Amino acid sequence: MNAINEEPEHQEIEALLPWHAAGTLSPRDANRVEQALAGDRELKRQYDLVREELIETIHLNETLGAPSARAMERLFAAIDAEEARAPRHHRWFDLGGRISEFLLSLTPRTLAWSATAAAAAILMQAGVIAAVVVKEQGNSSGPELASASSEGSYVVVRFAPQATADGITKFLGAYKANVVDGPLNGQLYRIRLSETKLPKEEVSKIIRQMQSESNVIAFIAARE
Amino acid sequence: MQSTPDEVLIRRIANGDRLAMQVLFARYHVRVFRFVVRLVRDETTAEDLISEVFLDVWRQAGRFEGRSTVATWLLAIARFKAISALRRRRDEELDEETAGAMEDPTDDPGMALEKKDKSAMIRKCLLGLSAEHREIIDLVYYHEKSVKEVAEIVRIPENTVKTRMFYARKRLAELLKWEGVERGWP
Repeated sequence: MNAINEEPEHQEIEALLPWHAAGTLSPRDANRVEQALAGDRELKRQYDLVREELIETIHLNETLGAPSARAMERLFAAIDAEEARAPRHHRWFDLGGRISEFLLSLTPRTLAWSATAAAAAILMQAGVIAAVVVKEQGNSSGPELASASSEGSYVVVRFAPQATADGITKFLGAYKANVVDGPLNGQLYRIRLSETKLPKEEVSKIIRQMQSESNVIAFIAARE
Repeated sequence: MQSTPDEVLIRRIANGDRLAMQVLFARYHVRVFRFVVRLVRDETTAEDLISEVFLDVWRQAGRFEGRSTVATWLLAIARFKAISALRRRRDEELDEETAGAMEDPTDDPGMALEKKDKSAMIRKCLLGLSAEHREIIDLVYYHEKSVKEVAEIVRIPENTVKTRMFYARKRLAELLKWEGVERGWP
């Protein structure tokens, strides 16, 4: 960029200095810039100027103040008016959405702070189960997402880390079961076995059968 | 305690959750306001525009696909609104030729001595940049947007983002030179 220094690599690095100062470069580009800065006094001087500009830009913006409460009042008055004209549909129970929210809540930073292997396994598993739920929602001829009413018989399960979306779908289909809630604490999901209350012995039998499918189920327990 | 991710708020807003709307507004209204007010240079207009920006979010939340961050999406909407407002406004006094005639917040009576202060001079010259140059400098330095994000907001190729930033900085250096501040670049 600088007419004095025509080397393409140097120009590229020079162009990246503002983003390096702002900390918005990829680790790879940041490393490139750091290496170039270490051996180039002119570039270092340029970088100092960039930092100076950055500081003053922040200072300038911070003195701009904030909008008055009028902006928020105006916004919500407009929202009220829209809602009065055409109320929107609210989804009160949306398991797919809740699972998506759970996935979104696992930000990269969260993952970095937790035990990464375990978190990655949880993330993968939640993704698999989200895929199952999405598949169920999208397939009108398939099993519908059940609402978690108090009727019926339920179990809580933790799916095996290696369980695939296809495997879970087949598993649920084989037992005519539905995921009705989750992920709960400990990555548990609530599954409805039957819409009617089954005898305890029957539930125990189903649990034993399910437990034997270790490629899909890691943990299972009856749930009243 | 971890705050609710922006994408979750957007999802809730799409379902008509007003509380989520309030949280998102609280989280971003100052930043969006500052971005807009630097473009339109009028606080009342900027306040009106941020209401419109967040009303668009309320209406379009269901269409947010998460290809960019929520902050980037907000700034892109805000920019579109600001530019539309500027086009509606006939007094196009926003280029750098007329910027000198505009109110300079640093030009108060006690400014005479401070004029010599380089920091104050940089801030003054930042105000004197064209709207296009102000915008890119703010997005990169203040709003911490990457090359890709600036490209999404301003709707220009990534290489043009870098070139525009370079020329914005170059213009800033020229304005500083005219004010007697020689930085030795470009």
